[in-house]
Amino acid sequence: MSYPVIKGAGYALIHTPDMIIHNGTTQTTERITNPESEYLKKITDHIRTYEEVINYAPNQVYIGNITPEDLRNYKLPWFDKDVPEANRFGKFGEIMPQDEFICLLKIVDSFDLVKLKKEFINNLKVKMQNHPLFKNDMDQLKEGEEIEEIEKMVKEQHAEALYHEGNLVGCVKKAHDIDLNLTAHILFENLVVKASGMLAFKHLINKNNIDVSDIEYVIECSEEACGDMNQRGGGNFAKAIAESVGAVNATGSDTRGFCAAPTHALIEAAALVKSGIYENVVIVAGGATAKLGMNGKDHVKKEMPILEDVLGAFAILISKNDGVNPVLRTDLVGKHTVGTGSSPQAVITALVTTPLERGGLKITDIDKYSVEMQNPDITKPAGAGDVPEANYKMIGALGVKRNELERKELLNFVKEHGMPGWAPTQGHIPSGVPYLGFAMKDLTEGNINRAMIIGKGSLFLGRMTNLFDGVSIVIERNSGKTEEVGVSQETIKKMIAESMRDFASQLLKE
Amino acid sequence: MNMFDGKKVMIIGDRDGIPGPAIEECLKGTGAEVVFSATECFV
Repeated sequence: MSYPVIKGAGYALIHTPDMIIHNGTTQTTERITNPESEYLKKITDHIRTYEEVINYAPNQVYIGNITPEDLRNYKLPWFDKDVPEANRFGKFGEIMPQDEFICLLKIVDSFDLVKLKKEFINNLKVKMQNHPLFKNDMDQLKEGEEIEEIEKMVKEQHAEALYHEGNLVGCVKKAHDIDLNLTAHILFENLVVKASGMLAFKHLINKNNIDVSDIEYVIECSEEACGDMNQRGGGNFAKAIAESVGAVNATGSDTRGFCAAPTHALIEAAALVKSGIYENVVIVAGGATAKLGMNGKDHVKKEMPILEDVLGAFAILISKNDGVNPVLRTDLVGKHTVGTGSSPQAVITALVTTPLERGGLKITDIDKYSVEMQNPDITKPAGAGDVPEANYKMIGALGVKRNELERKELLNFVKEHGMPGWAPTQGHIPSGVPYLGFAMKDLTEGNINRAMIIGKGSLFLGRMTNLFDGVSIVIERNSGKTEEVGVSQETIKKMIAESMRDFASQLLKE
Repeated sequence: MNMFDGKKVMIIGDRDGIPGPAIEECLKGTGAEVVFSATECFV
């Protein structure tokens, strides 16, 4: 059987300090419900600098400069320890500063909704002229606006303000007088998804020597919705991002499933390639400003910096088997169904052991599990625990129950088959896929033969069902065999023999 | 006399820990009345 492969990965983070304050829902909610709160007064003292964000170990893992295993050398908390020789650019992508990202919002703006201050643009044109991916796009920034015009749009015309270093530098205009789906706020969030998704996509192309015109289909899998009052969530971020990167031969669609969507998208992309419908499919997702500073109150209370200060984005290319890169085992897929139930045992059985049994595998046959890879430096101080570790313990416990693992081996299992979490709590971003970039190396040059990608989603947040969701897929070292799907010589001989027999028996009857 | 007899229970579950419906299931057959059950996502 010829399985599809993971052909390339691109990852990007964007440091957005002003957007924490002005666009993160914890902060915007606080401003409405408790405008004089101590938290709002203290928040600016807890914002990290761009350099601190670059030096932060989990961020260096995200862009591929150090590995998840390297992260074990840093004792928690991680925010007070710098990575030596940390770099803005990494093997998989980059950590972009906020001012450059605001320019990307303008570059992806197809409807002239983003207005930027003249001086801001002029400075950025100089700053970005050496950026490897955008130095040729500076003309798209145009001339810019006078600050008075921008102030008027924000104060009188419901435009969403864009701040940098505490100063108003631009805005996003609303696109309709009364349509609540085309408000400036929603358009801002959607442009952030498009711009950050484009950034990761461009890194995917750039870092993996990909001809962008070979890409035939794009699946976007973030958690925002674009559309108007007649089709809220009609789409389509995928094609918009494909256009922005010059994927002229691609179409696409959006897949939604809360945090589980990236793993759903991975399985869908694998299916499209396996079936032969497309040869090259990209899954891509941009980041969410709403989640910036989500646990900020706890971080400030504990005298820590607000660690949810970056947007996350990724893009992964799934292609037909090249005999080299790790394969996606489309026959070893797990799913939490409507009837599965919600007990941890039922969930892990559905996502982990059911697909493994199908392949005659044990829990310990998977070398690395990539679950919800949330960074514990963010979640533990907020009382949400260490999410990846909790997942590994549950998987290991089921292994003990199934006699595939000794109880005393449980903690070793967590260490050997798990990884410390490094992804920002951007909902869909940590969901299994942050490991795919490393998996490409671990399952080719490294000593890992099999990994499982698991995504989970909190569907109940949408108030349509009390259910949650999850899917999983096994990835494996490539055997090097890339046989084409077709009919073997043996089968043809058998078919001819059967036809001859039928023909002969027909003649005898006559 | 069961410790849950006559008690009203509010359940807040965790998606990555024990979800609300699983806790509800455990309380079935006790004397507890579940008046509120929800699952939260903390990430």
